[in-house]
Amino acid sequence: MRITVTVDGTKYTDEVEPRTLLVHYLRERVGKVGTVVGCDTSNCGACTVHLDGHSVKSCSVLAVQADGSEVTTVEGLARDGRLHPVQQAFHDNHALQCGFCTPGMIMASIDLLADNPDPDETAVREGLEGNLCRCTGYQNIVRAVRDAAQHMSPGAGPEAEQIKHVGVGGE
Amino acid sequence: MTATIEPEVGKARLRKEDERLITGRTRWTDNIVLPGMLHLAVLRSPMAHAKIVSLDVSAAKDSPGVIAVYTAKDLDPDGSIGMPCAWPITPDMKSPRRPVLADGQVNFAGEGIAVVVARSSAEAHDALEAIDVEYDELPVVLDMEAALAEGAPLVHEDLGTNESAVWKFDSAEAGTGGNVEDAISSSKIVLKRRFRQQRLIPAFMEPRACVVDPTGTQISVWSATQVPHILRVMTALTLGIPEHKLRVIAPDVGGGFGGKIGVLPEEMMTVLVAQKLGKPVKWNESRSESILTAHHGRDQIQDITISANADGTVTGLKVELLANMGAYIGLVGPGVPILGAFMFNAIYKFPAYHFACTNVFTTTTLTDAYRGAGRPEATFAVERIMDELADELGMDPMELREKNWIKHEEFPFTTVAGLTYDTGNYEAATEKAKELFDYDGLRREQQQRRDSGDPVQLGIGISTFTEMCGLAPSRVLGSLDYAAGGWEYASVRMLPTGKVEVTTGASGHGQGHETAWSQILADQLGVPFDDIEVLHGDTQSSHKGMDTYGSRSLVVGGVAVVKAAEKVVAKAKPVAAHLLECSEDDLEFAGGKFTVKGTDQSTTMQDIAFTVFAAHNLPDGMEPSLDSDATFDPENFSYPHGTHLCAAEVDTETGRVKLRSYVCVDDVGVVVNPLIVEGQVHGGLAQGIAQALFEEAVHDESGTLTTGTFADYLLPSAADLPSFTTARTETPSTTNPLGAKGVGEAGTIASTPAVVNAVIDAVRHFGVNDIDMPLTPMRVWHAVQHGTTDAGGAGSEAGGGLGSIDASGGAQ
Repeated sequence: MRITVTVDGTKYTDEVEPRTLLVHYLRERVGKVGTVVGCDTSNCGACTVHLDGHSVKSCSVLAVQADGSEVTTVEGLARDGRLHPVQQAFHDNHALQCGFCTPGMIMASIDLLADNPDPDETAVREGLEGNLCRCTGYQNIVRAVRDAAQHMSPGAGPEAEQIKHVGVGGE
Repeated sequence: MTATIEPEVGKARLRKEDERLITGRTRWTDNIVLPGMLHLAVLRSPMAHAKIVSLDVSAAKDSPGVIAVYTAKDLDPDGSIGMPCAWPITPDMKSPRRPVLADGQVNFAGEGIAVVVARSSAEAHDALEAIDVEYDELPVVLDMEAALAEGAPLVHEDLGTNESAVWKFDSAEAGTGGNVEDAISSSKIVLKRRFRQQRLIPAFMEPRACVVDPTGTQISVWSATQVPHILRVMTALTLGIPEHKLRVIAPDVGGGFGGKIGVLPEEMMTVLVAQKLGKPVKWNESRSESILTAHHGRDQIQDITISANADGTVTGLKVELLANMGAYIGLVGPGVPILGAFMFNAIYKFPAYHFACTNVFTTTTLTDAYRGAGRPEATFAVERIMDELADELGMDPMELREKNWIKHEEFPFTTVAGLTYDTGNYEAATEKAKELFDYDGLRREQQQRRDSGDPVQLGIGISTFTEMCGLAPSRVLGSLDYAAGGWEYASVRMLPTGKVEVTTGASGHGQGHETAWSQILADQLGVPFDDIEVLHGDTQSSHKGMDTYGSRSLVVGGVAVVKAAEKVVAKAKPVAAHLLECSEDDLEFAGGKFTVKGTDQSTTMQDIAFTVFAAHNLPDGMEPSLDSDATFDPENFSYPHGTHLCAAEVDTETGRVKLRSYVCVDDVGVVVNPLIVEGQVHGGLAQGIAQALFEEAVHDESGTLTTGTFADYLLPSAADLPSFTTARTETPSTTNPLGAKGVGEAGTIASTPAVVNAVIDAVRHFGVNDIDMPLTPMRVWHAVQHGTTDAGGAGSEAGGGLGSIDASGGAQ
């Protein structure tokens, strides 16, 4: 089947098998290998991307379902050489070790913050329940998301603008 | 030009590794794509134990996109290839050949039977469906005691037994302590308990993968391995490929936890297939495949006997283990319980000790190293039985520990297991932990809740621990029949422009080696942190090494960096003297500068690097190179320690456990990067808590793994865990010049008994003195209801674990 998908701002038109999962399309056809596959049951969340501004596990979406849509991957977050505030917060708070879950964790966190701009610890923990990490014990991830929230609140300056620019949360 | 540089060691440097990881520019093995690359998929046995009566691959060969299909006979016609074991713990250890693909018989569910090579991974997996296998089922044997019973079905008929090896240590025989039987027979109090270490799945987040390119002058092997150097040697030895014709690359590796230590049949089959076809081949596993076939961890039955005087002084400890090897022997699997053998005495001055372990074959996935490897199992048993002994004596469990532990002024201390602990201060760590935890306040609240009959009871769990890190002194490994040494390698290369490359044999997979090694080297050479590149995980650039496991990276590998840097400075010194026209004795080196004492005349490492590169003006006879390498072979292990305190709320009406607070004070010696240390502790705690509360690999009666996906195997999410309060004391190790002790496994080792002790403490007044892990709500509720632990079918078939008390003092 022929699909047209905009990935990280670039439009791609491709023939895909109907059974092709979005994650495999992104990795194997578009070359967006920053999005990774961690399980085959949609439990780990490592493959989380944004589909039209909302986080999805790209292993649970068919590529044909993304036809006509905009996809943002972790590779499309940094703009003009500047990290997205959530990426920056993950770095600043040592919220990753091996880094395999990190792309999905960052994408899920951005969506979480779009829904709840100032989550408390419990809200972050519950909001990230669908993303598994084996290295960090989650504590620094929670810290990073709350730190990013501070940098993205109204009046926080260019970073807050940037998140709108990326088009997260359907704004 | 070098500015004065403040010390890097000790600084909370943000990690160099992060940038590529947070932007998706990481090089995972599965990201490697080579021209003409083919994909390999493995047909896996659904049976745990069966003869393969017939195997028809003809239809698969005709499937779309398929290039070739291979069985054991194709890949290994004379049946000579066997997966390696590096740790034959006894001369007569039984280790049946583990073929690359099952050769006529499968011995665990998931064992490979055939491989398909196709243009795409999807086509390869499609074609697996077309392979026709006829099995003749054999009886499975899952339980270790059943496996050892008279007349038990044999995993490997030709061995005539399911017993692989028995390994013993006795302090009286070794001359390190007294006789345990004497201690037991002469002591007032004797407790005997059985603990179970359930089977766990390491669950690194990146599934395993391997890409082999046979088209160059060397065979290049990319693998999601934590042991690229070991993999290279073992591949050479296993397949008979000359070692210099093999290059192994572990690019970015998404976690290991010991689970990526194995040398895999899949790696071997990918090499063999790539050689046959002369084309690059990739194998990457699904999570379900990984859970089924990557090695598992723990899985021991521990029978522990402790004897003590009425005042609480322990007189002896006897440990009898059964360790489940699975269907075959893993790379270091047989040695995992042996590592534990040295740790059952933990932080205590037990005067008599006996250890015996029987390694057992069952028709299950093999077990091997998993975070802590032997030491969590040992620490769990001793910290659990200390709590039980305290209860028996009517003592506060902390008081019992204090009574028996090695006092600060008694270090160095040689334990009854024969290890000499260099330094430690258990009092300081414990004091700090109690203060942060509000130990006394929580004890008061616990009493109030008991008095009021609150449905939610409070328990306090203590775990004091030490471990042996820095694996390992090569002589010690030799004495334990481990095949290789425990040294580590580093080289330092001063580049012409004054920048530096350091290679390390300790290949990391998430631990932040690139950052920590840069910090160490920046201090040693006085060059800026950002001017240093750390190369690892490629046998071509870091050509020697023993890799990363057992918290050895920093305390062995980091020290090798120090040694190599010292040699660079020593080589630079005559050049500096030559340039400054002075005697070497008149020079002092600090902050990257050689200065003539008492003057302002100086030259920098960067200047010297260029001078050496240009080689126009060097001391007579000097070769134009500052490059140096070094190996460090530790003389002793290092011994991190700590005190972990857990407060658990147990809902006695539902069995639900909630961790209210968790405080740990770890002493990991000198810290290179506190940020990394804290992160390692957090992750370790999560893994140890998961063993206590959530995780267990379960087989059904046919030997099928019923926890075969992340939907069934309960890996904790952020919502399942609390935030931790971590702190440190710092007692430098004297076994290495960095003073570091290692931290990778500490959290995992200490946290499991802390949590279980807390839960038992909360419900002990219901008559509960043991609950099998994981402490699921059902098991906890059942224990509260019945005052016992037998939750009958609450998960594993081993629902028992009833703590029996064989006591002259008696209890209950």
